[in-house]
Amino acid sequence: MKFERFSSQAVFLNRENIDTDQIIPARFLKVTDKIGLGSALFTDWRSDPAFVLNTPAAATAKILVSGANFGCGSSREHAVWALWGFGFRAVIAPSFADIFRQNALKNGLLPIVVNAPTIATLPADALFTVDLLDQTLSVDGDTRILFPIDSFSKTCLLEGLDELGYILKHEAAIAAFEKAGTRA
Amino acid sequence: MPPKTLYDKIWDAHLVTPETDAPAILYIDLHLVHEVTTPQAFEGLRGRGLKVRRTDRTIATMDHSIPTISRSLSSVDSQAADQVRRLESNCREFGVQLFGMDDRRQGIVHVIGPELGLTQPGQTIVCGDSHTSTHGALGALAFGIGTTEVEQVLASQCLLSRKSKNFAVEFDGALRPGVTAKDMVLALIGQIGTGGATAHVLEYKGSAIRSLDMESRMTICNMSIEAGARAGLVAPDETTFQYVSGREYAPKPKDGAWDRALAKWKALPSDQDAVYDRTVRIDVNSLEPVITFGTNPGMSIPITGHVPDPSNTADSSARARLEGALKYMDLKPGQQLLGHRVDVVFIGSCTNSRLSDLRSAAGVMRGRKVNPAVRVLVVPGSQEVKRQAEAEGLDRIFKDAGAQWREPGCSMCIAMNGDQLEPGQSSVSTSNRNFEGRQGRGGRTFLASPLTAAATAIEGHIADVRSLGGF
Ligand code: SF4
Repeated sequence: MKFERFSSQAVFLNRENIDTDQIIPARFLKVTDKIGLGSALFTDWRSDPAFVLNTPAAATAKILVSGANFGCGSSREHAVWALWGFGFRAVIAPSFADIFRQNALKNGLLPIVVNAPTIATLPADALFTVDLLDQTLSVDGDTRILFPIDSFSKTCLLEGLDELGYILKHEAAIAAFEKAGTRA
Repeated sequence: MPPKTLYDKIWDAHLVTPETDAPAILYIDLHLVHEVTTPQAFEGLRGRGLKVRRTDRTIATMDHSIPTISRSLSSVDSQAADQVRRLESNCREFGVQLFGMDDRRQGIVHVIGPELGLTQPGQTIVCGDSHTSTHGALGALAFGIGTTEVEQVLASQCLLSRKSKNFAVEFDGALRPGVTAKDMVLALIGQIGTGGATAHVLEYKGSAIRSLDMESRMTICNMSIEAGARAGLVAPDETTFQYVSGREYAPKPKDGAWDRALAKWKALPSDQDAVYDRTVRIDVNSLEPVITFGTNPGMSIPITGHVPDPSNTADSSARARLEGALKYMDLKPGQQLLGHRVDVVFIGSCTNSRLSDLRSAAGVMRGRKVNPAVRVLVVPGSQEVKRQAEAEGLDRIFKDAGAQWREPGCSMCIAMNGDQLEPGQSSVSTSNRNFEGRQGRGGRTFLASPLTAAATAIEGHIADVRSLGGF
């Protein structure tokens, strides 16, 4: 699956340290496949009718904006599957937890790092455009924010490159490493 | 050669290809597998027609969603039972060794790794679970991975990885009675925050670490992830070697295997002049027992302290965070936690379910009764812990006190198997996360040491073990 440029409105979750137990509580981790988890996204917070994810605009939004340290806590990839299942294709935050960030990149969900002061200036009702090739976030067609991403992850996302395929291409090196037995 | 840290040394010794524009390909010595984060990974292998590359380096057990009331799957819901059966069939199909529910080696994955001698200094260890950092206590580079990575490691025994930064945490001084490793790590997270070590690997050093036993070091490394760290490490020393020696999977003296391993392990500690990207020093001489009051592990106070008042916080987002946490926890600004009523005490989890943890809880409960208003669960971390605890009569102490003595598993740490808080209930828990709803929807969690948990069980409200004695 290749990551394409897209435009969408955004959902704003004005909160730091959003942990994976909030994104998807453990009672939904008993599944044995990856699909169908969108309905469980932020399920406990969604029991409040006023919660932002319950607004009609959220149903079509592909971008989630959050506070720092998004996705902290558990390694559960279900958190990414749930965000994806709900329709999100990018999360904007000042920082991400390491494992969440890895899991997101492996599933075509783009973690976009934007500093908190800049996030504070983002208009709530704007149309945002995410362009991974240029590494830009545009707001209503103009204000462009550059975001960082390492070149390997960028290529993987843009070309839909399969990481396991990439690792297995190094079979000779892996076998040589095993033979040398240098590990402890 | 430039001086290296312990982390640098393990990293360098496991590079199949170095990090360039692309991440490094890192070789993995030990892959631990459990029922929750792997069904999709095995499915992925099946879809690609791949097998498990190194079944001799892959070990499975079940812990998260299994019942702890008995070993009968009829006491968990059908989805959880399905997941357990799926692990059994996947292990059978792919030839992976499984310590199943009735195996004498079953237990929480991070308890059994060290206990069986599977975890050894200098190794790389991964598991689809963030608390894999626990194994770092033995000087192994151990970290949690997602399910896609689980599939990658199953297929290739390798992982794409970028090097983290080195972060030294120096704990110096001597702990006072009633203060434990759990209090040390809660104090650290309280100081640097839940994102404080993101993109770093922590190395715990200093005199206070050196004098800890292995199980206490595991408690500290376990919670590295709660500070956002990729992993936590303690350099191996005599305490480590003695711990590993003689365990089921440890190198044996025969043919010099043990001596060869030992020679390698002794070269692992960070070089004298190794450079860290960051260092934090904590003096433990004046440390008190620590307890969390909020909804992440960084929100903690000394047991005798007062809950912070949001109106004293200048930064508006920090204030809002604090207000939200107090509201969720149903606490008042400035109140003491001592004397706060709780409904449940949970003693267990990969943080604090080892024999030494149970011994310290039993020391407090011996000859006493738990407050009848409190439901007390004691859940050993593994079958081996359970056997040893029973051999010492700890189970009797717990049962005589009125606590429940359970089968090993994650239980109320993650509330997947039916062991959980009801909405509005609160617990003092020896586990590692106090996120909203972690122990059951609407449940409120106060994280603390086994000593604090046991004292709370007796008193029926949050208590300071130092006023009770028995430790
Ligand atoms: S005890 Fe808790 S933290 Fe540890 S592995 Fe089980 S669920 Fe995870």
